[in-house]
Amino acid sequence: MASLGSIRRDFAPWNDPNGKPYIRFENVTKRFGDFTAVNDLSLSIFEREFFALLGASGCGKSTLLRMLAGFEEPTSGRILLDGQDLRGIPPYRRPVNMMFQSYALFPHMSVEKNIAFGLKQEGMPKADIEKRVAEMLKLVKLEPFAKRKPHQLSGGQRQRVALARSVAKRPKVLLLDEPLGALDKKLREETQFELMDLQQNLGLTFVVVTHDQEEAMTMADRIAILDKGEVMQVATPTEVYEAPTSRFVANFVGNVNMFEGKVAASDATTARITGASGAQIVIDSAGAAAAGADVAFAIRPEKIKVSSKRPAEAVNALEGEVYDIAYLGDMTVYHVKLDDGQVVRASMLNAARIMDDPLTWNDRAWISFRPDAGIVLAR
Amino acid sequence: MNTTWSRFNITAIVLGFSFLYLPIVLLVVFSFNASKLVTVWGGFSTKWYVSMFHNQGLMDAAWVTIRVGLVSATVATVLGTLGALALTRYTRFRGRVLFSGMIFAPLVMPDVITGLSLLLLFVAVNLDRGMLTVILAHITFTMCFVAVVVQSRLLTFDRSLEEAAMDLGAPPVRTFFQVTLPVIMPAIVSGWMLAFTLSLDDLVVASFASGPGATTLPMKIYSQVRLGVTPEINAACTILIAIVAVGVLTASVVNKRREVQRRRDEQAAQRG
Amino acid sequence: MANDDVSRIDATLVPPAERLGLVGLGAAIVSRLVIIVPYIWLLFFFLVPFAIVFKISLSQTAIAIPPYTPTLDFSDGFAGFIGALKELSFDNYVWLTQDPLYFYAYVSSVSIAAISTVLTLLVGYPIAYGMARAPASLRPTLLMLVILPFWTSFLIRVYAWIGILKPEGLLNQFLLSVGVISEPLIILNTYAAIFIGIVYSYLPFMILPLYASLEKMDYSLIEAAKDLGCPPTAAFWKITFPLSLPGVIAGCLLVFIPAVGEFVIPDLLGGSQTLMIGKTLWNEFFANRDWPVSSAVAVILLLILIVPIVFFQQAQARAQEQGR
Repeated sequence: MASLGSIRRDFAPWNDPNGKPYIRFENVTKRFGDFTAVNDLSLSIFEREFFALLGASGCGKSTLLRMLAGFEEPTSGRILLDGQDLRGIPPYRRPVNMMFQSYALFPHMSVEKNIAFGLKQEGMPKADIEKRVAEMLKLVKLEPFAKRKPHQLSGGQRQRVALARSVAKRPKVLLLDEPLGALDKKLREETQFELMDLQQNLGLTFVVVTHDQEEAMTMADRIAILDKGEVMQVATPTEVYEAPTSRFVANFVGNVNMFEGKVAASDATTARITGASGAQIVIDSAGAAAAGADVAFAIRPEKIKVSSKRPAEAVNALEGEVYDIAYLGDMTVYHVKLDDGQVVRASMLNAARIMDDPLTWNDRAWISFRPDAGIVLAR
Repeated sequence: MNTTWSRFNITAIVLGFSFLYLPIVLLVVFSFNASKLVTVWGGFSTKWYVSMFHNQGLMDAAWVTIRVGLVSATVATVLGTLGALALTRYTRFRGRVLFSGMIFAPLVMPDVITGLSLLLLFVAVNLDRGMLTVILAHITFTMCFVAVVVQSRLLTFDRSLEEAAMDLGAPPVRTFFQVTLPVIMPAIVSGWMLAFTLSLDDLVVASFASGPGATTLPMKIYSQVRLGVTPEINAACTILIAIVAVGVLTASVVNKRREVQRRRDEQAAQRG
Repeated sequence: MANDDVSRIDATLVPPAERLGLVGLGAAIVSRLVIIVPYIWLLFFFLVPFAIVFKISLSQTAIAIPPYTPTLDFSDGFAGFIGALKELSFDNYVWLTQDPLYFYAYVSSVSIAAISTVLTLLVGYPIAYGMARAPASLRPTLLMLVILPFWTSFLIRVYAWIGILKPEGLLNQFLLSVGVISEPLIILNTYAAIFIGIVYSYLPFMILPLYASLEKMDYSLIEAAKDLGCPPTAAFWKITFPLSLPGVIAGCLLVFIPAVGEFVIPDLLGGSQTLMIGKTLWNEFFANRDWPVSSAVAVILLLILIVPIVFFQQAQARAQEQGR
């Protein structure tokens, strides 16, 4: 595939044909009475991955996490950890630890004792426990608070205790249930990078459940997008954003415009799509769609340019009227109503203080984009 | 709720609490009555307190009552806590409806029925009446009160604490003792105190279930009341009231201090 | 908690052993024990006695130890057991229903309890309401002040009223000295004294559930009503009272049911002219030594109270469900 986006990293075990997944969900189904939370789901997570489960509430992401932790058993299917079937193994015997959304800090124990709890359960000698606890406190920068009780800590401090407690046992896999949900925006951003650093430094596999796209996109190596108990797409943030494989994913992450139409002609390097109004757009590839098929061309707002005159060298240019404008400071979002009625969302960076081509409401305008600016999705 | 306290509300509170406390206050006052009558003031004297301590029957009964109370409250607390756990943690087991009924019914069952039925049971199994039977009887009806108190705490208990403990490697029983129990301990202690007070206070069930040598204080007081009252009874009652009042007030003050300290800690934490 | 995923609410759908990894024989034994120990205790000490009471109610009184016949045992062998069973009869019940005294006692007990419940509600509601509307800092203190008398002996508090209500008692002394009356009021040893006694003793049982209900109420509902043109009294009846209904019901049941079988209050305050079934049962048992008849009295009392008791249990169960 041509290089999407501009971010490259050498860590991609999922692309290795000999790669063995560390965690595998095999045809896992989970039913609660009449309600199916997870439906015949299969997923692979590799070692040292920072993996995100992303979806709206009720999509089954938390259920998956809890099944991995051992608080629920799958109705059918198996979950394998390092090749071992986890069925029947209670949570206190799995080499997996979880950081709870509510932190679940033991209110009657000090920070030290909270962190030491898991170590005591495995019978670690006292001296070693003290060493490890000190190490953890240093890791999350909470040394002066060792003897405090949870109610004597702020929200951000409690979160760090919960984190320290969950990595104290050096689990192979750490599960995080909406870890940043309770933090305010600034703290959230700081913590996102801290979590990524921590994961890299400790060499752990992280599985994070979140409903916040930004969080998933920032932190994860790969994201699994879930809807109603099924996986819609598993890919890197870039792929999810620039190469969504379904309408659902395209709509779920960020904003997207859909140009509906039939494939008019297609070959190796170019294709055309004819819309209902007869307008044609030229794209680089129709993907797997055959000629005559109904497709949608999905293109992100920032890939579309808005101008008052038709750009001369533009391959695709459509005319319309500026319907709405939202000035966001760093960029401006235009809603342009095309002559065939479709409203297109386009965003442009305010790269210069003084605008070369200022537009206002009800101006006639042209939108234009490159042939490779979007992706074809099946109807 | 809003804090506008209208005149009507204040009147209601003042009148209501006076009504509640008036008899108690009068009782205490007349325990210091110099004359033998309980309703005509004859001067101040503490002689009844002295004579009370010399009243062997009263002192024996008090000792019996304390022992019965301590034992039955402790056993009732254990059983009641188990019952509360059974009700809140196991939502489907055979006979749950019956179990739930048996836990809640004694809360409202008239004493006479409870007392009579227990006595007939003891007779049927040929168990001699005495301190043991009183203790068994008290355990039976006080454990339900403990169960209700502990159950209402368990319902608001954050289960994710237990999940966190298990996730960190503690099997269920150890989780209960190291995490659940310490957190619900205040409710269990309240339950114990409730069971103790109910046992201390009970007249009817003890009368049915007791036997020779196991006369409880309420039984003794009741029998003396029937014979004729002297301020000695008032003195005994005042002592009891004083003990209870000190206990409740101490618990209340300790609780309040803890709350204030906790709030201060939380605020300090917020400031960072 | 913002975790709105379904996985948390499955407690009622999953059998206990599977949940939370309770696997293995050890865990199964523990979970059974937690249920079995209190269950067996209650079965043996609470339920079985009722069966025995019923059996005794079918027996005849006898000068013997125990003072009833027949005794169901195998001392005469199996045939003797069957023979003893044949001696059981409903004679006692027939006798009770034919004697107007008992009928009157039941009726009077239920009506006294009902009237007292209403009185307790009338006295307790304003107090509970005042407490709920008190400044937040004062509320724990008020709560403690309500609970404190409850912790002091029930017997003692009833006894205190003797001193107040008797002809030469403190109430009459006070009223006479103020000149409101010229002759002492006869209150002790009348039904009036019983009413006062029940209201006084059971007041905390009424106030606490009422307070719990009222305190939970969102006062902004009243403000909304007033904003929409509702005068305060109407707002009370249309909004506050209906919302406090669970507390009202709990409080009334907590007073009514035990009051029907009340013994101490009618005995100490009611005197010989008053009749309540608790006193009757006591007298039959201790004074007349008639165990079978007392048992029959108890069974009938229980039958009368079964409906309110079941009502109470269902209200508790419902409250428990909502608390989840």
